[in-house]
Amino acid sequence: MLRKVLTTAAMASALMAPGLASAQDEPVRIALVAKALGIGFFEAAAKGAEEAAAELGDVEIIYTGPTDTTAEGQIEVLNSLIAQRVDAIAVSANDTDALVPTLKRAMDRGITVISWDSGVAPEGREMHLNPSSAPLIGNTIIKLAADHLPEGGQVAVLSATSTSTNQNTWIEEMQKVMGDYPNIEVVATVYGDDLADKSYREAQGLMQSYPDLDAIIAPTSVGIVAAAQAVTDAGKVGEVNVTGLGLPSEMAGHVKSGASQSFAIWNPIDLGYSATMIAHALATDEATAEPGATIQIGRMGEVTLDENGEAAMADPFTYDASNIDEFSSIF
Amino acid sequence: MSILKSREAVLALAILALLALIASRFPAFVTPANLARVLTDTSPLILLALGQMTVILTKCIDLSVAANLALCGMVAALLDGMGVPLAVILPAVIAMGAALGAVNGLLVWKLGIPSIVVTLGTMTIYRGTIFLLTNGAWINAHQLSDTFKALPRAEMLGLPVMAWIMIVAVLLVGLAVARLPLGRALYAVGGNPHAAGYAGISVGRTQFAAFVLAGALAGLTGYLWIARYAVAYVDIAGGFELDVVAACVIGGIAIAGGAGTVAGAVMGALFLGIIKNALPVVGISPFWQMAISGSAILIAIAVNTLARRAPGRIILKREEAAA
Repeated sequence: MLRKVLTTAAMASALMAPGLASAQDEPVRIALVAKALGIGFFEAAAKGAEEAAAELGDVEIIYTGPTDTTAEGQIEVLNSLIAQRVDAIAVSANDTDALVPTLKRAMDRGITVISWDSGVAPEGREMHLNPSSAPLIGNTIIKLAADHLPEGGQVAVLSATSTSTNQNTWIEEMQKVMGDYPNIEVVATVYGDDLADKSYREAQGLMQSYPDLDAIIAPTSVGIVAAAQAVTDAGKVGEVNVTGLGLPSEMAGHVKSGASQSFAIWNPIDLGYSATMIAHALATDEATAEPGATIQIGRMGEVTLDENGEAAMADPFTYDASNIDEFSSIF
Repeated sequence: MSILKSREAVLALAILALLALIASRFPAFVTPANLARVLTDTSPLILLALGQMTVILTKCIDLSVAANLALCGMVAALLDGMGVPLAVILPAVIAMGAALGAVNGLLVWKLGIPSIVVTLGTMTIYRGTIFLLTNGAWINAHQLSDTFKALPRAEMLGLPVMAWIMIVAVLLVGLAVARLPLGRALYAVGGNPHAAGYAGISVGRTQFAAFVLAGALAGLTGYLWIARYAVAYVDIAGGFELDVVAACVIGGIAIAGGAGTVAGAVMGALFLGIIKNALPVVGISPFWQMAISGSAILIAIAVNTLARRAPGRIILKREEAAA
């Protein structure tokens, strides 16, 4: 037992010794663990990770994950990564708590562990990278509408249910920054309950109640598609711009028809890139994961950890006619 | 008969009063163009209410209609993706809906399982099947062909084809219920199953026929729904079966079977449809909307029950007086 502890300690200190890995010209091996293989979103993240690896030079990316989105499958994958003695693990977790014991074991052996996209409980990772944050999203959704309304105008919000925490937080954050957009007036907030038919009806109602409406902001993937269809059917393409948060594969048709000028969602490529940058910085001790710490993430700038060891990457990424084709095949 | 007529008259008056109330707050709601829009929007509800009515008449209930709609709609979208022409897709989804309805009907008929249990089960199975077919992926506007999306929207004589399909279905079902032996069998089976049996009407077979009809209508509506909203995913029309049952109950279809009319079901659906379309424009807080929809249903049912109670008690007296 004592010997095991000693070897672990020795191994840990060896791995922690700064610059040791690069001095021996051994690449830093970073494992990017997806919720499951074969999902476009994660394949795109892996692409970002490879981009970061090429930029950093001495990094080898191991992109892996279970075949289905289960915690059990992920634990098996993690165990094999621990056995391979990778330098860092960046995981998008299928379960907040189930992975903790395995990840703790990995950290005990000196492996850097971070979670990204879908987080792990704080005791199971050094830090968590969120794709964005509520204030950034709130600002983005109003900015998307305002960017196409230089003269100002009326916008309305089509949300999910009146009780959905995500949407309410984002709308609240949006209201906070309304002072930055003095010409934009939010005339109504309606709720489509994330049902295609109700969202469609609410969008129709908005166009009837506010004939001068310039934009509908739908921070929900069901709502934005339904609103775009309602605008198309009402013959108001070009008059009413539909924007908000959606997925490129679901919005491609509406961007091409002009019903939606642009919309946003996090960019999985950037996310994989940033997760790799952070994992590398922590594994080589260029940075430490502690509340308030700032970590450089290459072309994405930097992130700052909050008291829970979480950081927000960036504003949601904007998709429009210029890049929709590239991303609609990814996710 | 005069009592039945008056019940539908009460409902028609309630609809007019509702329209007047909405018009006082939002006059543009009662323009012909907007009323046509509301009628079109309510078409799926009316189509499903027609099927549900025949099922409820036979003392059964079909909770799987919305899931049936979603599954047939998804299959229609998948067929469209494979390049199958619309002329083939339409009969295919109607046949598929009828087959899914037949599963319900057979389980009720041959195994004698209560319909609420059967359809609760098949509801989940049908939804699950969509997930198996698609792995939860969406089929989006740009993946559907233009002809597929155009049919319900195309205008004929001032109304979209979707509304015309609904009107034809209402006429056909109305005619069938009034003129065909099956129509009389529906009322007989629901009114008094034992008496119907003695009269040579098979209770199970009639219930089976009602489920098949409800399924076929759900299949047709599945295509219309997907084409209209131009998106197909697992949760399409989630919870819609409750709207359909509510429309029937508002329309005076007795949940215990044997009583109700096509006109009642149509007006019940219209009543709900008008409320659904009006709430977004009359400026009522969304937090109140659900409570208002629910209250409207309860009030309509209370009125129905009150209206029915008195006639129910004097039937014997009247028979005595006549004798």
